[in-house]
Amino acid sequence: MEHGKYRFIVGFLIVPLTIYAVFVIWPFAQSIYYSFTDWTGLSPDFKMVGFDNYIKLFSDEVFWKSLQHSLLFLLLLPLVTISLALFFAFMINVGGRRRKNSAVSGVRGSSFYKIVYFFPQVLSIAIVALLFRFAYNPRSGSLNAALDAVGLSALKTAWLGDPETALWAVMAVMVWSTVGFFVVLFSAAMTSIPRDYYEAALLDGADRITTFFRITLPLLWDTVQSGWIYMGILALGAEAFAVVQIMTTGPGGPAYSTTVLPLYVYLKAFRDGQAAYATTIGVALLVVTLAFAAVVLKLGRRERLEY
Amino acid sequence: MGSNHVNRRNLIKQAAAAGLIAVPAVGALTSCASGSGEDNKVEKGKKTKDNPLGVNKSAALEIYIFDGGFGTKYAKDAQAVYEKNFPKAKTKLKSTQKIQSVLQPRFNGGTPPDLIDNSGAEQMDMGVLVGKKQLTDLTDLLDAPSIDDPSKKVRDTLRPGVVEMGQFDGSPVWIMYYAYTVYGVWYSQKALDKLDAEYPENWDDMLALCAKAKKKGMAGWTYAGKHPYYLPFSLYPFMAKIGGPKVLEAIDNLEPGAWKQPAVKAALEAYYELYKKGYILDGTPGLDHIESQTAWNEGKALFIPNGSWVENEAKKTTPKDFEMRVAAPSGLDSGDKLPFGTLWASGGEPFIVPAKAKNPAGGMEQLRIMLGEASSKNFTKQVSSLTSFNGGTEGLTLPPGLQSAVDALDKAGKNIVNPRIQDWYVALQKEKIGVACLGEMMAGRMTPAETIKKAQKYTDEAREDDSITHYKHN
Repeated sequence: MEHGKYRFIVGFLIVPLTIYAVFVIWPFAQSIYYSFTDWTGLSPDFKMVGFDNYIKLFSDEVFWKSLQHSLLFLLLLPLVTISLALFFAFMINVGGRRRKNSAVSGVRGSSFYKIVYFFPQVLSIAIVALLFRFAYNPRSGSLNAALDAVGLSALKTAWLGDPETALWAVMAVMVWSTVGFFVVLFSAAMTSIPRDYYEAALLDGADRITTFFRITLPLLWDTVQSGWIYMGILALGAEAFAVVQIMTTGPGGPAYSTTVLPLYVYLKAFRDGQAAYATTIGVALLVVTLAFAAVVLKLGRRERLEY
Repeated sequence: MGSNHVNRRNLIKQAAAAGLIAVPAVGALTSCASGSGEDNKVEKGKKTKDNPLGVNKSAALEIYIFDGGFGTKYAKDAQAVYEKNFPKAKTKLKSTQKIQSVLQPRFNGGTPPDLIDNSGAEQMDMGVLVGKKQLTDLTDLLDAPSIDDPSKKVRDTLRPGVVEMGQFDGSPVWIMYYAYTVYGVWYSQKALDKLDAEYPENWDDMLALCAKAKKKGMAGWTYAGKHPYYLPFSLYPFMAKIGGPKVLEAIDNLEPGAWKQPAVKAALEAYYELYKKGYILDGTPGLDHIESQTAWNEGKALFIPNGSWVENEAKKTTPKDFEMRVAAPSGLDSGDKLPFGTLWASGGEPFIVPAKAKNPAGGMEQLRIMLGEASSKNFTKQVSSLTSFNGGTEGLTLPPGLQSAVDALDKAGKNIVNPRIQDWYVALQKEKIGVACLGEMMAGRMTPAETIKKAQKYTDEAREDDSITHYKHN
């Protein structure tokens, strides 16, 4: 039985794996191959240049900047988004106290909050980025107007036009647009935690913080881990690209303050006619992503609780 | 649960770790993988008086037009003329805003269309196209008789500088610029009248006028802060006016001391003074081109560096009595090498005929039609921009901005400069010098001295980078 199992699994997976190999692994192998050429992307002829592109990569200031920003996205975004989402989900589901004759419930108006949080999720990221671009507009944007209205005019700045604030402004938008998804995800996971645990904790006099760290978080660990990986992908890939490209236009903010790896890949391949060099940056992006996935899976390994 | 079980979740997680996540990021690029195209050109037709380029009268023609500020109607009108001249030919005109995304795979596959308007934010890098021998030499077109007057060559009907602009090192002409753009300092005559002022011809007058405007609560300048490579539209001719045209040639040639020239330093310091004295509209570094043009239209700022497309682009927000004008950049002082009026004017909307096009003669014939007086007039009427055809404005009532551009060209006479860094080294000009140097300086985050150092560093890097094709002024 044990022997046959793997054959059985492979039998089922052969078709999807073949498709995956042809449409994903093969182009990927091709990309690595192209990173050793001088392919421009504008003509079919190219020749092998060995490690030239990689050597160039090491002394490319803009590449290091993009890498730095991508790593910052990778570390901070999941941390902030998931912490916020956990907090909101906890308040919505178990944060309330003794209402409706049940020991465990959300805060007042929790079902309404759930909708509010989830709302940004229905908008495409391009629209979100565009909306915030208007909000950040230093002259007519709502953000500076709001600061004016509450008497904080001294805090007004050019947001996306200032290298000090541009990256944070972009990150804030990504947090805003994804936090709702995790609130819903964590809410779903929380409802599957047996109520008796909470009631027992309440009887023992545990406060909210203890309940959260001793019961909710450990039982939610798997979901948090999946969320972490998902958020990491967003931070490294398409969403980060879209937000930076739309909001800060040009080459990624003033003084390269918001360039991220996927944007740099795009610029090199589709603006500068250096497709081979772009694939080289892509390979670097691949290494970062693999390292991230490995670290998360390693750190996240825990005893699984059954309930 | 034991760990030796292959549970579903672990399997998925490991597959995800191995590649599902990361691989597509890189794989996307190869979707435009390269292939080799075979030579499958159509047979040439017979050269006659009516058909000097030897167009095959029944061969299909495919045209790709950038659908930007100028739209596509002018091209469709010209296509109709082609169809009338060659009724047996099947012509197709397609348009897109994403020239590179759409056409890059076709260049790689060796099946590009016959004529392309390679323009817009997704313009294919011309230096690379030329370097990789992807374009057809247009000399035949330039030596063909003009469509209006068989005794004149097409070459002789064009505005000055247009033919040279289509060359990269040496005699072949790779690009035909169809539009003709006048760059400079744009303003509203009405706003100046209100301040009881004339357009300032030297920098002291400029500063005095800005001070006067500031008292009335108006900024002197604004610019596309998110695209600071608009600043050179007035800054580069300003440098040329101070130190002569050689100053810009040194920059174009990526010379070791190009940014350290005294004229460059003087020009940067003058612009920096606009920032220091608070003459730049608040928040400008965070505005894009449309937002800054709108602020200018609303009378928040007097001057904006821009190109002659602005009149069409800003049409919706321009007040009726705005009286849009363009002027050559104010000079520094009486020591300037070139007279007031020195202006940046050059071709826009680069049309190319790919080397692997099936019907290159047809592509060139289409250009010959477009460069005729009738098509040129049609273009000017539709989109209020000049074409490279010299003339074609007689009898037309031009909108105020374009009229002032024509006047500015007249006034400039021979003193027209055309900095090539803009089309030779796109990344260097737009992102390195534009955003990372000039943008930072005008936002007050870098001094002129730091700007010069950094711009020189980027110039040196570009010169030493042999993955970039280098060009020189003859």
